[in-house]
Parts: sequence; structure tokens; C-alpha cells
Amino acid sequence: MDAMIRVKGLNVSFGEGGEALRAVDGVSFQVAAGESFGLVGESGSGKSTVLRALSGLNPNWTGEVEIGGEAQGGRRDKSFYKTCQMVFQDPYGSLHPRRTVDSILREPLAIHRLPDADRRVTEVLDAVGLGPRFRYRYPHQLSGGQRQRVAIARALILQPKILLLDEPTSALDVSVQAEILNLLKRLRAERGLTYVLVTHNLAVVAWMCERIAVMNRGRIVEELTAERLRRAEPEHPYTRQLLAASIGYDRQAVETFQDY
Amino acid sequence: MTQIEEASRSTGLREWLLSNEPQSARQARLGRAYATWSAFRENRLAMLGLAIVLLLVVVALFAPLIATHSPNVQALGDRLQPPSAAHWLGTDEFGRDIFSRLVYGSRITLYIVVLVTLTAAPIGLLIGTVAGYAGGWGDAVLMRVTDIFLAFPKLILALAFVSALGPGIENAILAIAITSWPPYARIARAETLTIRNSDFIAAVKLQGASAARIITRHVMPLCLSSLIVRVTLDMAGIILTAAGLGFLGLGAQPPLPEWGAMISAGRRFILDQWWVATIPGIAIFVVSLGFNLLGDGLRDVLDPKHRS
Amino acid sequence: MTTDPLLSVEDLHVRFHTRAGLVEAVRGISFEVGREKLGIVGESGSGKSMTGRAILGLVPYPGEVKARRIVFDGVDLQTLSERQLREIRGKRISMVMQDPKFSLNPVMTVGEQVAEAYRIHSRVSASVAREKALEMLAAVRIRNPERVYDLYPHEVSGGMGQRVMIAMMLIPSPDLLIADEPTSALDVTVQMQVLAIIDDLVTRRGMGLIFVSHDLNLVASFCDRVAIMYAGRIVETCRASELKNAQHPYTRGLLASAPRIDDDREALPTLPRDPAWAEG
Repeated sequence: MDAMIRVKGLNVSFGEGGEALRAVDGVSFQVAAGESFGLVGESGSGKSTVLRALSGLNPNWTGEVEIGGEAQGGRRDKSFYKTCQMVFQDPYGSLHPRRTVDSILREPLAIHRLPDADRRVTEVLDAVGLGPRFRYRYPHQLSGGQRQRVAIARALILQPKILLLDEPTSALDVSVQAEILNLLKRLRAERGLTYVLVTHNLAVVAWMCERIAVMNRGRIVEELTAERLRRAEPEHPYTRQLLAASIGYDRQAVETFQDY
Repeated sequence: MTQIEEASRSTGLREWLLSNEPQSARQARLGRAYATWSAFRENRLAMLGLAIVLLLVVVALFAPLIATHSPNVQALGDRLQPPSAAHWLGTDEFGRDIFSRLVYGSRITLYIVVLVTLTAAPIGLLIGTVAGYAGGWGDAVLMRVTDIFLAFPKLILALAFVSALGPGIENAILAIAITSWPPYARIARAETLTIRNSDFIAAVKLQGASAARIITRHVMPLCLSSLIVRVTLDMAGIILTAAGLGFLGLGAQPPLPEWGAMISAGRRFILDQWWVATIPGIAIFVVSLGFNLLGDGLRDVLDPKHRS
Repeated sequence: MTTDPLLSVEDLHVRFHTRAGLVEAVRGISFEVGREKLGIVGESGSGKSMTGRAILGLVPYPGEVKARRIVFDGVDLQTLSERQLREIRGKRISMVMQDPKFSLNPVMTVGEQVAEAYRIHSRVSASVAREKALEMLAAVRIRNPERVYDLYPHEVSGGMGQRVMIAMMLIPSPDLLIADEPTSALDVTVQMQVLAIIDDLVTRRGMGLIFVSHDLNLVASFCDRVAIMYAGRIVETCRASELKNAQHPYTRGLLASAPRIDDDREALPTLPRDPAWAEG
């Protein structure tokens, strides 16, 4: 397998000494180039912490992380960010409130001193389905779905190979979620992107990803293909419980729920 | 005809400014400014404050045209005259026209206000944002220095500085600037602490931006509005401190028509010639009030935390 | 089932006079709730939350509520004074909001707050209220209620906090519970457990429930009846079990646009909005 991302024995702890909380505990997985990999779990499972360690936002971790064939340390060099970009959960918090869409999209180009800023901004706005009409708007003049499109455009403008997606649709209405998920799927096909998608929503992960790792209390309890998840054939009892709860309310099923 | 054309052009301009689909960065910026101005305009007291501050600026700019007499030429024969047609606000102990001195004094007031703002606010902004963004040791050191400055009463510290540097208007301004930046640093730091953990800052970090770039281009613009509000509200205090120093003889030196010094000189005659001390007092009061009203209005439109 | 409705709402309007003009959040809706689970579903801005609030007169300023009738147990709530309304609020109609952290008093232990909720409406001694509160905490399946009683809100997890809120709202034995996204902030397994508690109370005590939610699939599996809101109107009401056969294109569009776990569609259908829906 031609691995784009290789993670081995990743540990992340918060706090120090005896009080330290192990948020991520010996997590290992690989993601092939062009693959879409899902990390799914409930709050506190450590799924977002894994993503922040991969992205370089949290430099305090131990273990081995290899991205794009290069071993990564806590700090990343500038060229790393041209390979790997991230889309955040909250479209209302991830855009600078005092900057226009145009200025938000130009910023990464200015940081990396890339030429043709004007053309690149036009192109990327087009790619995420926002026309030139949106170019000079402020975030408060956009809907949640439009903001998330801007966030995706910002992640794409450096033409990365990898997108880290942190619950990209959980703050959106279902009909808007459908538009954003379709967009992400199309962009991956068009650009050969590699995705790591973090979510609590099994249906979203089953629809978006080929392989899925289920996390609980900092560990991966099970890795399975989306195909097996669709056929409702997970092996681990925790995954089965998660699946049962995700399908809908069932008074009988609730009786069998346990703490994992 | 022309009126109609003008009206249609002005509504056209309004629509252009308030367009939800700006065609250029300039239109977007102007539109935003116009929206802020529309909200500000609805606050009558704030508009009164703005009018007072603008009046101060106009009077200071055109002082030679507005003043009826020279502010410094003495006419001992006319000393301590009550307000009259010749001397609208009376004369002081050297027979100088109080109205004209008031008009020229506005220049000193404005000079103090502008210089203090241009020195204290940027220092506070820089120290606060750097401390807040850096965190850890840098934050601890910068904030303890700030605390030390904050621990002294403003006027006392300014007095100490002036007595060390010698009396005079420049030293008074320097002293006020040195004593007024710490609150700005605290405000900027508090804002930075909330901004630095937001996703949009994480996003620029992930674009590879340096800390300096993040602070100057992404954090500072967001601290600016609460800082502007605070500085405006502090103007009254700054003017009063300057007047206080002038009153104590440590600020502007005679014969400069500084308002505080004018009160100081007039207090000997307060019982018989009330206008000598009272009129500059009223001027200080009105200008301070103007800045306070303006600051309150600005807070309502600029500072979302206080918006009801 | 609804021969004797607990609550009947006719032609409810909620309007906001803002600087930008008049905003109508709810535009003339009518519905009835019996001793059953009614789901009100819609996307953000559909007016579903305002509907729940309007019943209890909790629409925030500058909102204005108008209705032909809001009859609860034979009394039109609009004719009541603020004091009489307070009497009904909490005792006979309770409301659970989305985020427990904002609804609990941070400087009182959760047990005291539950006991307090009981004492407001029934004059009993502190020890009786404590007993009753412990009983209620156990009823919402909090293990070791004695220990949880003395915890402060920041010391309990989100799921626990929401159970405490529900205990607080249910301790005066209301006839009607209005739950506004009561479980959206919770993990899915905890969510199901909390719903089971509410479900049992509806079945056992014959309580009525208005369940406001954005999650059509959840409501379909949990409630008895579903009202779909769009742009301040109810576009369709149907039995939850018959939602699959829903008529309105908006309902059908909403159902189709959510991915399902056994999904193998290439693209998710998006929802083209017809302006006529807002008028209908």
C-alpha cells in the first residue's frame, strides 16, 4: 500500500504527572493515497485529538507520524502546510469576522508567496460552487453552508494532497449537509485528494469513507470497511451498540446498552 | 429635476454601500463602515458627543480666525473684567481675553489627547497582544510589569515622572502616556486570549503563518475596536489629568493658555471674579463629557460584547 | 387518541420587530397534543423552537406572540396573568432546553436544584423535598443519586446534566413536557437512554410531550406523530410510522438528503426549495 499517512503508536496526554489524562492511547493506522479514512467515536474518544496531532496544531504527542512519505515531528515546516490542510467543524468560528472572503483566501497565497493570486481565488471559488458574487462578502453575509464552502476553498487554495476534516457538517442542517458532502466527494474524485474524516455520525462516515476506525476512550477498538458497516457486520460490541443507537430510537435496544 | 436626480443618486449610493454582493474590496469596506455609521447615527447622545469633539477639532484648527484677541497679550488696565461685548467671557488677572485663551487652549488639549493616544494605545496594544498570544513566561513577565504600573495611582505616578523630568507640557504628555498604557495592555491581552484559541486562528496557523503575522494581521484588528472604545472613554481622564498637572503647575507653563493652568490661576479670584476659574472648568467638563458620550456610542456599535 | 387534547393551538403567530423590519418566525400554525409524543421537526430558522417557547410565553424580547387560541386543559393561556402563567409553568407544563450548562445554576448543587423545583410548587419540608429529589434522580437512571445530589453542575458530564435537567422538569409531575432539542448535545447512546426515560414517563404517567428537533429520523423512530415546519408554517403532519409515505416535497426532500448507514447512493439529493412551500 502506498501510504499517504502512517501513524504508529500515537499517544497524546493532557495535564502532567499523576493527573495526566491520556486522550489518545497507542493509536496506529495507515491511509493510502487517494483514500478516504474515517475516525468515528463519541465525545472524549480522542478522535479530534488525533486529527490535531496530525495537523500540527497540537505538538505535544509521542509516537510516529509520517505524512506524504516524510516523518513529522511536533513542529512542521512551511512546506508541510502545502501538503496537508484542515476544515473545521464550526463554520461560524473558522472564518475571521473582519475579513472578506477574498482576503481570507488571499492570506495563504501571501504567506507562501504564490503568484497569480487573483486567478487562484477565482478558480477555487468556482471549484467550491461559490461564484464571484461571494468574493467580497464578509462572513456574516453568508449562510452556514456558504461559510463552510469558503473554509473548504481556503483549505484547497494551496493545492494540498490531504484534507483533514473535523466534523465538517455537524453544525449544518441536513439539506445543507448533503450539499457539502456531495461537494467533498466530488472534489476528492476530481483532485485525487486523501481524506481523514472525523465525525460522530456513522451514516456520514459510511457514505464518505472506504475504511473506518472506531475509537473509544483514546483507543481504536475496531477498524472495518465501510462495506461491512453498511451491512451492519461490525465485530466489536461497542461498534454494534453505536450502530444500534445510530439507526434510531428502539426502547428494547436501550435496555442492552452498556458502558464501554 | 436636479433634486430628484440627487435623491436618486443618493439612494443609489446607499444601495451600493449596503449591497450584499460587493464587487470590490473597497466597496465591501465602505459598506461595512457605512453600516457602522448608520447604527451610530441612531444614538443621539453619541452624536452630541461626536459634535462636541468635532467642535474641539474645528476650534483648534481655526483658532486664529475664531479668537477675538491675542491669547497672550496683556492689558493690565482691563484686568478681571466681567463678561461683556468686548470680552465675551471676561478677562483674567493680566487683562487677557478668556474666550481667546480658551480657543487657543483647545489646541493644547487636542495636542495632549492626540499625543497620548498615539503613544499609549500602540504600546498597550503591542504588549497586550504579544503577552496574550505568547502565553507562558513571556506573558507572565509582561503582565507583571503592567501590574507594577497599574499599582500606582495615575496622577501620582505622572507627578513623580514630571518632577523627575521637570515641568512642561511635553513632559506632562510623556508622563500621562507612560501611566495610561497598562489598562490598554490588559484589554488587548484579554481579547487576545479569547481570539487565540478560535478556529480561524488555528486555520491561519495551518497555512504556515508566523506568530508575528498572526498577531499583527489577525489578532490586532480584532482588539482594535474595544481599544478605540476604551481610549475614547479614557480621554476625559487624560484631559483631567493634564488639567490637574497644569493646576499644580507641573504641566503647561505660563503663559500657555492650558485650561487646567487657567483654573489654577483663577482660583485666587474664585469668590469675586468667578468667571476666571469657572469658564475653563466648564470647557474641561464639556469636552470630557463629549468624549465620554462618544465612547459610549462607539462601544454600542463596535464592541459586540456589550451590545444588548 | 386525541379525542381530548391536552393542548390545542390555533393560528399561532410569533413576530419580531427588528431594525430590518418585521420578521415572522411563526406564521399561523395550528396543532393539538394529547397524551402522546408529538415531534415538531424543521431546519434552523423554521420557527420550531419559537413554537415551543410561545406556548409558555417565553419568547424573548422584542418578540410578540399572537394566537386565536392556546388552550391548555380548558384554559386559554393568553388570558392568564403573568402570575397565573407562572403557576402553570413548571408545575403543569415544563420545558427542557438544549444545553443543560446554561439552564442550571452554577453555585447550587444539582440535588438542591431538583429539590428546589419541587418545593416551589408544593409546600413541603426540606427533608421531604430531598427524599423526593433523590427518588427523581434515581428515576432518570442516575446511579448513586446520593453522591450526585451534592455535585455542582460543572462536576457532571453533559449526559448527566441533561438527566438532572429532566429530573428537575419532571419532579412537579407536569401534564405536558416541551423538550427543545433535549438530546442534541449528547452522544448518541446517552441520547437514546435519555429518550427512554422520557418515553417511559409518557407511557407510565400519561404525560404529553412536544419534542422539538431537527433530526427527522430520530423523531420518526421516537414520536407518535410528526409535524414538519418550514418557514414558520406546518407543511405536513402525519403519523411517525407513516413518514416514509409523506406527501409534501419538502418532507420527502429532507428524508432523502440525510445519508443512511446502509447508503450506496453516489450523490445525496439536495433540496431545491420551492417558494410556494412558504406560502402554502
